[in-house]
Amino acid sequence: MTYEPVIGLEVHAQLATTTKIFCGCNAEFGGDPNTHVCPVCLGLPGALPVLNQNVIDLAMRIALAAGCTIQPRSRFLRKNYFYPDLPKGYQISQFQSHEEMPLATGGGIDISTDDSGTKTIPLTRIHMEEDAGKSIHALGESLVDVNRCGVPLIEIVSEPEIATPEEAFHYLTSLHQLLVYTGVSEGDMEKGHMRIDANVSIRPVGETELGTKVEIKNVNSFRNCQRAIASEIQRQIDLRETGGEIEQTTMLYDPDRNVLRAMRTKEESDDYRYFPDPDLVPVVVDRAWVERVQSQIPELPDAKRTRFAKFYGLSADQIEVLTADRDIADYFEATVAAGVQIRQATNWIQGDIMRALNDRKIAIGDLRVSPQHLAELIALIDKGDISTNIARTVFDDMVETGDSPSSIVEQKGLVQISDTGELDGVLDQIIADNPAEVARFKDGDKRLMGFFMGQLMKATRGQANPQKASQLLMKKLGS
Amino acid sequence: MPDDAVFPGQTARGLTDGIRTGAHAAREITKTALAHIQRTDLNAFITIDEEGALKAADVVDQKAAAGAPLGPLAGIPIALKDVLCTKGLRTTCASKILANFIPPYDATAVTRLRRADAIILGKLNMDEFAMGSSSENSHFGAVKNPRDPTRVTGGSSGGSAAAVAADQAFMTLGSDTGGSIRLPASFCGVVGLKPTYGRVSRYGLIAYASSLDQIGPFARSVEDAALLLRVIAGHDPRDSTSARVPVPDYPSACQKGVEGLTIGLPEEFFGEGLQPDVRHAVMQGVEILEKNGACIREISLPIAGHPSYAIAAYYIVATAEASSNLSRYDGVKYGFRDEAKNLIDMYVQTRSKGFGAEVKRRIMLGTYALSAGYYDAYYRKAQQVRTLICRDFARAYETCDLIASPVSPTPAFKLGEKLRDPLQMYLSDIYTVSVNLAGIPGISVPCGTSPAGLPIGLQLLGDAFAEETILRAAAVVERELA
Repeated sequence: MTYEPVIGLEVHAQLATTTKIFCGCNAEFGGDPNTHVCPVCLGLPGALPVLNQNVIDLAMRIALAAGCTIQPRSRFLRKNYFYPDLPKGYQISQFQSHEEMPLATGGGIDISTDDSGTKTIPLTRIHMEEDAGKSIHALGESLVDVNRCGVPLIEIVSEPEIATPEEAFHYLTSLHQLLVYTGVSEGDMEKGHMRIDANVSIRPVGETELGTKVEIKNVNSFRNCQRAIASEIQRQIDLRETGGEIEQTTMLYDPDRNVLRAMRTKEESDDYRYFPDPDLVPVVVDRAWVERVQSQIPELPDAKRTRFAKFYGLSADQIEVLTADRDIADYFEATVAAGVQIRQATNWIQGDIMRALNDRKIAIGDLRVSPQHLAELIALIDKGDISTNIARTVFDDMVETGDSPSSIVEQKGLVQISDTGELDGVLDQIIADNPAEVARFKDGDKRLMGFFMGQLMKATRGQANPQKASQLLMKKLGS
Repeated sequence: MPDDAVFPGQTARGLTDGIRTGAHAAREITKTALAHIQRTDLNAFITIDEEGALKAADVVDQKAAAGAPLGPLAGIPIALKDVLCTKGLRTTCASKILANFIPPYDATAVTRLRRADAIILGKLNMDEFAMGSSSENSHFGAVKNPRDPTRVTGGSSGGSAAAVAADQAFMTLGSDTGGSIRLPASFCGVVGLKPTYGRVSRYGLIAYASSLDQIGPFARSVEDAALLLRVIAGHDPRDSTSARVPVPDYPSACQKGVEGLTIGLPEEFFGEGLQPDVRHAVMQGVEILEKNGACIREISLPIAGHPSYAIAAYYIVATAEASSNLSRYDGVKYGFRDEAKNLIDMYVQTRSKGFGAEVKRRIMLGTYALSAGYYDAYYRKAQQVRTLICRDFARAYETCDLIASPVSPTPAFKLGEKLRDPLQMYLSDIYTVSVNLAGIPGISVPCGTSPAGLPIGLQLLGDAFAEETILRAAAVVERELA
């Protein structure tokens, strides 16, 4: 029998706010344990949460970018459970039921895969919630760090309409790109800005009823998610084929060994006793608020790709590189605006700039070469003031120092020697020093041209204008 | 009535005026109060802050000597129900589980008292986590009624009522979730006001049932209660549920009389179970209001006045919220911890030993009411009843300015009398709980005594944010009975 997988994803994304969701504490990652805390996020007796309005703004921004419907009235509920890193004994979250609506419902994420082309994965909802703290178990002791308690999260829940592990991967990268593009999340995977739960089931092709689902918890990278789903699908197929039954379970993925292990079965599942948090008032969003947030949404990746194709006439591959990151796209446009030809700007960004970013593991925002300086550098090559090779050296200096290319060229005396008189003298000396090579060249060994040019560059420390020099040399050697 | 032998001056205003003019020193008044607390043993205090109180008094005296402006409560000895967080001063909620808890911050109401130059004497005994109607459910022992030490003070703010009645503090703060200010005020013969939900910030008030809890004043007179309310009321950005409604000059309302007010008597609050002595005293209060120009009419509160609805809805909503609010007392971060081999045992032992019987009873009730499969039958149904109760009161306020009723069916009962029978105990709040479900304000003002000399309070209820109307009527009753 052939089976088809049914996959739904729940993504927790950290919002890019400076403060926590219900208090004024620093929401930044790290910090010494238990330093980003106050009575509210410590859950001290008598302390009360007050919703950070910026959290609603950011959650609405991603919801509108994904085409969701904003609910005019939604509430926060308490999800009750005991755990040492949950100081209040409950997590404040939104939850969808027949009487409670989350902030946003519907919408979808567009993906394109090699196999299935473009497709929209519909969303169930986007809701807001607070993060819990961190438990550290070591040396027979358990320690709790509450810094992360109250860090604002959104949970983006997809419909179970993801058909393959590969689609899941593309869904995650598209969602990540959208979150970062809109400035809703920094999307830094190493800081745990996105955590994924996957619901996986299989059914015989052609059947419409859903099979028993297995939840894979807390996966922290997109590739691991793809692998974990693939391995879970295979496990379920093997089980079905051998007459076994799939149990509703929660699994943890071990990326090192590419295996899943069961956390708990349905019988042990918790009763969270959700009820509306009486300490918070309902979130009421009017049309003016929605419109204000809508107006803050920048150009989204799809629209940018279309525009880059039309306006700059770039190829699909070039567009892929240039629009993957909003800052790189902006950098490209700024470089072109500074007077650089589209082809040159594309080549430099795809080549040297990307290499510099990768070598240093930095974002383009941290690159010390401004689009204006890059344009200046390219202009120096065009004018013949420096060679392309020299330009590379200058560029490396620019990356290090942030200085302008002209000041580097001037300081280091890198201006090309195009002066015929000066080149004449150097070439004559080379010819005089290498009579044997000159003789062989004259006998027809034209490969020695490279040898003479090498000697010339050595003598001029690379500053000779190669075109001028080779013309002169040809003349002198009489060929 | 309070004894003027302890405090010079009958009113808070008189006392602050004396300090302002130099006729009295805050330090002397504070020392007198502290000595009086030691002399009169009612178990009303859990913690006495002698050092902090004297320090605050000295600051007031220095300000007065320098002619600097003084706050509206300058030099007034005040004590706080031990459910309000005080920075650096132990706050226990009368529970073993918080017996060693020292908050790093002040509740907003406490901050406002300090800013008004009040002197905070210490923290008052109560029912554990404000759960109870007699102030017997305390890890620190029961509070005794100053009028008759063999009887209860009522609860849960028993210490707050007793301290005022016994002149241990000039005024106090309590909290009211289902009657916890009005009942002890009635049993101890002092004024106790439960403000509209949202009138006073709950920030720093250790939660029992968040949608019902409200901080309010106890005082020897209506005008003093009005003054204290004016200081603590008002919007607070730290409490999302605090109202953005301007704070009126409550004390001046006390002079306005009741001419032209319509006061409704709900038949359901005068029915079976009401002791004749209590009925007699309450009707005496009502007659005073009528004599002073109020129009009295009979009304009906079919849902709000019906014990099967009001008490049932209250004990579901309150315990559901409590079951969640009290989850944080788990032995992990602060308070009592019972060491154990593993986490689950630590939780179970800490909470089993740290909480008293009534608190555990309510946590279990509330957990049950919110559980999967029971939510719709209990919590949801209770919320629907709550909506109907609100409508009942709204309808009444279409024709009435105030509602008058008893506070409780009986005067103060004997210590231990109802401890074995929680349902009987719960019925003490039969006339008060629906007020919290509706979020409206209410006062208990003394309106007479039983033949045995036990105080009886008249409950006056107003529409949301109609505290001024309540104060007008309460002041008339007080004046006529003086």
